[in-house]
Formats: sequence, structure tokens, C-alpha cells
Amino acid sequence: MDATNNELLMVRGLRLHFQTRKGVVQAVDGVDFDLGRNEATVVIGESGCGKSSLAKAILRLLPRNINTYDGEVWLRDENIMTLNDESFRKEVRWKKISMVPQAAMNALNPVMRIGDQVAEPAMVHLGLNKKDALAQALRMFEQVGVPADFLHRYAFELSGGMRQRAALAMSLVTLPDLVILDEPTSALDVLTQANIMNLMKRVKKDLDTSFILITHDIATSSELADNVAVMYAGQIVEVSDARRFFREPLHPYSQKLMASVPRLRETVEPDFITGQPPSLLNPPTGCRFAERCPARFDRCDEEPPTVVRGDGRKVKCWLYV
Amino acid sequence: MSNTNGDLKEKPLLDEQPLLQIQNLHVWYELKRFGFGHAGYVRAVDGVTFDLKQGEAMACVGESGCGKSSLMKTILGLNRPTKGDVVFDNTRLTETQGEDLRLYRAKIGYVQQDPFGALPPFMTIQRILEEPLIINGIKDKEDRLQRIHKILEEVKLTPIEEVLPKYPHMLSGGQQQRVVIARAMVMEPKLLVADEPVSMLDASVRVEILRLLRNLQETHDLAVIYITHDLSTVRYFSEYIFVMYAGEVIEIAKMDDLLKEPKHPYTLALLEASSDPNADNALVMREVPRGEPPSLVNPPQGCRFNPRCSHMMPGLCDVKEPPNFVVGPGHRVACWLYDEKTPDAH
Repeated sequence: MDATNNELLMVRGLRLHFQTRKGVVQAVDGVDFDLGRNEATVVIGESGCGKSSLAKAILRLLPRNINTYDGEVWLRDENIMTLNDESFRKEVRWKKISMVPQAAMNALNPVMRIGDQVAEPAMVHLGLNKKDALAQALRMFEQVGVPADFLHRYAFELSGGMRQRAALAMSLVTLPDLVILDEPTSALDVLTQANIMNLMKRVKKDLDTSFILITHDIATSSELADNVAVMYAGQIVEVSDARRFFREPLHPYSQKLMASVPRLRETVEPDFITGQPPSLLNPPTGCRFAERCPARFDRCDEEPPTVVRGDGRKVKCWLYV
Repeated sequence: MSNTNGDLKEKPLLDEQPLLQIQNLHVWYELKRFGFGHAGYVRAVDGVTFDLKQGEAMACVGESGCGKSSLMKTILGLNRPTKGDVVFDNTRLTETQGEDLRLYRAKIGYVQQDPFGALPPFMTIQRILEEPLIINGIKDKEDRLQRIHKILEEVKLTPIEEVLPKYPHMLSGGQQQRVVIARAMVMEPKLLVADEPVSMLDASVRVEILRLLRNLQETHDLAVIYITHDLSTVRYFSEYIFVMYAGEVIEIAKMDDLLKEPKHPYTLALLEASSDPNADNALVMREVPRGEPPSLVNPPQGCRFNPRCSHMMPGLCDVKEPPNFVVGPGHRVACWLYDEKTPDAH
């Protein structure tokens, strides 16, 4: 998978640390991963593992209390970490990478018509006039299955599923290469969830878009995933293609996580993970999962390297060295 | 764990002395125009009937807006039934008032969906757990503390002495939910209503909390109503399940029967839409019924699911409301497909 010309995004050693009164929170700590064109990578992990911070770090949507923010993010042939804030805003955000933040459907402007909101990024970032931007918005509405007359409605007139579709349409209106979705279906009903996942499959096919899907819902994530990245305590502990990951995860944490998913069609008893993730204020020096790991041994006190296996899967665990 | 239903198999759903009896329950909210003037009703619960015995767990599945919360709030005595009957532990809710209503409520525990939202942020855990005891007249402080210790041990929130002086924000999501469960259990209720108790929690803790609820149910011979929209967690928990759609119960069955042989087209759609982690999912489109649940002010005539149903039979489903057809032991479904007289039924 490495260094083919199909590569869209390449993240190397990305770090995002926050300064708080208690100390430095290592929310994203040395993350590497790749994403090809028209591929979807899902990032899964428990709450507080740094998934959302990773999305913010890629899009440089940072709060003020930054302690460390470095590493490389290659988008095609350009290291976008070297851009200054203004050219990042002009050239990358929306135009090349857009995002549907968590609970986006509740963040729509209540006093603006849906159509105007969806069209706005196209006007600001692509320089379209209002008429063309609205036409573009309408195309995206069709793409995500929102009726055309909803352009003139307000957010409160739409159901949750329709608002989520509108948020998705907004992220697509500038035709970016990459869309980052942060928990896009977690507040929705089962049928609406299935609808939205269907929709994203279609968008991925029709528009040639890549996705990073951030979620804690492993079952739903498998609906879209080409690749899976498992995050634990600010680090990515496993990257794998979806087919092999869902059948046989490698990292003990991934295995535990998969075993904790209740299943509808199989009769295995789900298990749970004892203990809690470490604080990101003072994470343990060795493997961060060691304390909860059933396969722990002496070497786990040292930081494990990321092992690239023959089949291209990567796992950060001493068991595979 | 789900094998307590071995002896339940032969028994019908109706028994001599159920703990909770819901008869033809209607909960309607009045809509007003300009603050007065009648403008119709939101028919949140429309003719629901079921029984629940001591020590039985029942799951209630449905999408948001299908009336499941209204039903639960009525059982908890927070809403007044518009029509119909709720009889809990030989007390008829419609005839209960004042002091009696308080006693009624003390016998039912309630586990909320969002643990952080359900716990007052400015109270310590001790205070939170003491509150229901004080309200229900347990005056002796020692007695109160003893009960709190006992229940915290049961929900495995240890070390107890360290937990008691903490505030809710100092606990993790899973621990907060344990406090909510402890609060619901501290009065030793006979019935526990759990409204999406794990939907806000991480996958890794979900199972732990579900198991805890299951253990509590078994040790205390509790009746439990578990409300959820996530079918995959239901399996590990209840003997019976009923599916609600637009204010009505459309199917009711034993858990295994419903998962193995779902009858109602809506139940089928729900099962079809729930995924298990599997890479093949990415290759197929899921079949989802078109449209959205109807407005409860003007529900469709006939079967309420008919505008979205792929088996809709014109002239029947959109005209006449389907009654409950019995399709197996304890398995009822409100769908014309299962009427023997219907020529199209398979």
C-alpha cells in the first residue's frame, strides 16, 4: 500500500498535545497512517482515546491551549503542515478536506434556510456566485437524497435524518478529496443509520471521495470501511484492511474491543475490557494498553515498535516483533 | 445466561397475577392553539396492552418518537393515562393520588439514558443515593448509610469510601451509570425501567452494565423493562420483546422467536438494518423502508406502517386497522399478512 500514486493522505508522526492546568494532555501522540483515493478508513476507539483530536489535528482546527502540534500531513504531494494558517484556510479546508463534526445536525443555523447554508462553503471557498452555488447545493441534495424543496426550509422543519443528510451535503458541496466524519450516525435511529450508511456508500462510488470515519460503533463502521485504524490512548495501535481486521484482529486491544460488540446473528457472549484507559496526562512509558492486556509480558514495559507484517497490516505490539 | 426461559416456554404470556398489567392504554397529549383552543391530540401511546410478571425482563424496541418514553413515563406515574388502565402491584394508577402515588413511585426504579445528565452535578454520590431514602422517610442515618453501602457493593462501585464523597463529574461514564442504577435500586423496587441504559456508553463498558442489570434482576427477582432501539443488545437481556411503531405495539414475542422468525414487516426492517461487524457489509446496500415514521397527530388510516410497507395490500392495510393475530405461543403480530382469511398471505 505504501507510496503508490493512489495515495491521497499520508500522516507521519502527528502529535497534538494540549496544555492544561494539570499538565500536558497527549491527545494525539505520534500517529502514522495512509489513506488512498476513494478509500474509507474508519478510526475506532473508546471515548477519550483522541479520535476527535486526530480529526482536528488533520484539519488544523485547534483550540488555544496548544502545547505541541507537529508531524507531517501529506496531501498528495504537499506537506500541508508547512502551510501558514491563511493559505491552509484558503487552499485546504473545505476545498480539499471537509468535515462533518460530531452532532452536526444540531449545529445548523436555525435562522438561515438550509439551501443557503449548504451553498455557503461553495461561495466562500470556490468563489461561485449565489446562483451557481445553490445549483451545486441542489446537486448535492439529490446526491444525499434530500428533496429539492428542502432548500428553502429551515433546520427545525427537518427530521434528524434529513438534517444529518443536509450536513453531509454541506461537506460535499465543494467537492473535496477527503471528508472527515466524526460520529455521523451515533445519535440516529437504526433505520436512519442504515439509510445514512447506504448513502455514504453511494457517495463514495459516485463522487470518488475518500472518507475518514471516526466512530465508537464498530458494527456500523464495518458498513463503510476499507481500512480500520484502532486508536488507544492517543496512539494508533493497529492499521489493517477491513476484511482481515473484522475476521481476525491482531492487537490484544482490538481483539478485546471486537469481543465486546454484542452481535445479533451470532450466539457468542460478548466480553468486556476490565480497567480503564490510562490518563493522557501521564501515560505509561511502555505499551499503553499493558495494564489491561491479557497477553502482557516483561517487554511490555518498553514502548512497542510498530510492526509491519507481510500482508501490509501494522500493529504496535511486542507480540508481533 | 438467557436460559431462565426454559420453564417459561410452556406458559402463556398472560398469567394469573402479573406484577404489571397494562390494559388498552392511551396516552394523548393535547395540542393547544395560542395557549388555549383545542387543536387536536398527539397520540403518543394508542391502545397498548401487555402484562409483566415478577422476575421477568421485557424489552421494548422502537425508533424515537414511537411512544416508548411516553409509555414508560406513564408506568412510572409521571403521566396520566388518557384512557385505559395501568395496574402495578395491585394498585390502579388512575385511582392513585398524593401520598399513595409517592408510595407507588417508590416501588419502581428508573435508569435514565444519559447518566451525566441524570445526576445532579452539585451533589456528592452519597447525597444522591441518600435522597430517595430521605424522601421515602428513612430517618435513621445509620440505616441509610448501610443501605447505600449494600447497594454500592452490588453495583460494584468500590472502594465505597472513596466513591461516596465524589461528585458525578469525577467518575467515568460507566461508573456514573452504576450510580444511576444504584439510585434506582436503593429503595429495593419491584420493577426497574431502564431507558436506553447503555446507549451513551462505550462498547467496552456496555456489556459490563448489561450484565450488572441482568445480575440484579436475577438476585432480586426484579421485573425489568428495557427500552432500546439497539436490537443487538436486547438478546443478552430479556425473555420477551415487544416492538412499537407510531404509538402501537405491532409485535410481541419471546426473544428467540422474534429474532428467529420476525413476522411484522417493520420488525424485519429493523433486523435488516442492524449490522454485525463484518467486512462484507461494505459491499451491499441495506434495504430500508422508504419515508419516515408518521406524525402522531394524524396517523395514517388502517395500519400505521402501510405507507412504508413493501407488502401493503391496497384496500385493506390502508383502510382497516389490523388486530392482533396469534402466530405462535405468546407471539402476537398486528399485521394483515397473518390473517388466515387474507388471500395474499403466504
